[in-house]
Amino acid sequence: MKFIVLVKIENKPYIDDPEGDTILRDLIARGGYVNIESVRCAKTLKLVVRASSEKSARQITQKLCDDLRIYNPTVSNCYIESGGRTK
Amino acid sequence: MLRIGIVVFPGSNCDKDVYQILSSFQNVRVEFVWYTKDKLQGYDAIVIPGGFAYGDRLRAGIIAAHSPVITEIKKMAVHGIPILGICNGFQILVECGLLDGALMTNRSLRFVCRWTTLKVENRRTPFTCLFKRNQTIRLPIAHGEGRYVVNNLVEKRLKRKHQLIMRYFGDDPNGSTYNIAAICNEEGNVMGMMPHPERASERTIPSYDSMDSIDGLTIFKSLIHYLGNGRNDTMPFAYIRA
Repeated sequence: MKFIVLVKIENKPYIDDPEGDTILRDLIARGGYVNIESVRCAKTLKLVVRASSEKSARQITQKLCDDLRIYNPTVSNCYIESGGRTK
Repeated sequence: MLRIGIVVFPGSNCDKDVYQILSSFQNVRVEFVWYTKDKLQGYDAIVIPGGFAYGDRLRAGIIAAHSPVITEIKKMAVHGIPILGICNGFQILVECGLLDGALMTNRSLRFVCRWTTLKVENRRTPFTCLFKRNQTIRLPIAHGEGRYVVNNLVEKRLKRKHQLIMRYFGDDPNGSTYNIAAICNEEGNVMGMMPHPERASERTIPSYDSMDSIDGLTIFKSLIHYLGNGRNDTMPFAYIRA
């Protein structure tokens, strides 16, 4: 079976995110959406994983993210999300 | 005859500049080392030059950090062999775990290419031993991901163990923590720096501002001095502390 797994890499809360700040300040707030308080940018990888179950697909992905330093643990958090089965 | 290797990745673009400078020294044999090489023997020092290894895909330096040659360089680092990473080389040294921290997109979100002023904070390394105490120098930078970031704990440790080698002086080109431009490992034999010393080592390539310098040459002179005859009086920290 094949499963879609999403890997989201986001800066840790204490790390500046100038891209998110610029989007908020110069696009969203300037565009009149004053109820938006914060924007954080993240990078997403979309993986198609062959595995026996969705849980196993997530575990394989988590392991590869840690082993290969897909994210730099000093400055980033990494979130694994299931995207459902695929053909 | 000293033997120095310059590592070349797909996307390195400062390798020949470094070669040009190092090969101008007498009794130095300089060799390019392709990134797939999985055995490095007989080298007195290694330079990882600047560029865009693997096109900076995913994150600058991360894919190159998994190359066979880096596995070898990690072994050499343990044995005290001087390893210098310049710009993309610094990013690779951070991503492979030889140096602390992370190099993130510049705070300005722009690629910054200009000259900057730096202060040499530590002269007890193979790369800075010929600088004067607290010397300020001029070197060019050219990077998009040069914002050096560490948490408070690591920053304190870097300060305590004298691992801060250069800081931007009166300048903040990328938003780095504590204006850090160059750091080394605890032992002092592995150094990463964002500025390009090889671009400030020849009078024939002056900057377009009036303060052109060849301060970068002192980095390479220091290395040659250390390897040639200065090892005893300029030992990396580990030896000094002992």
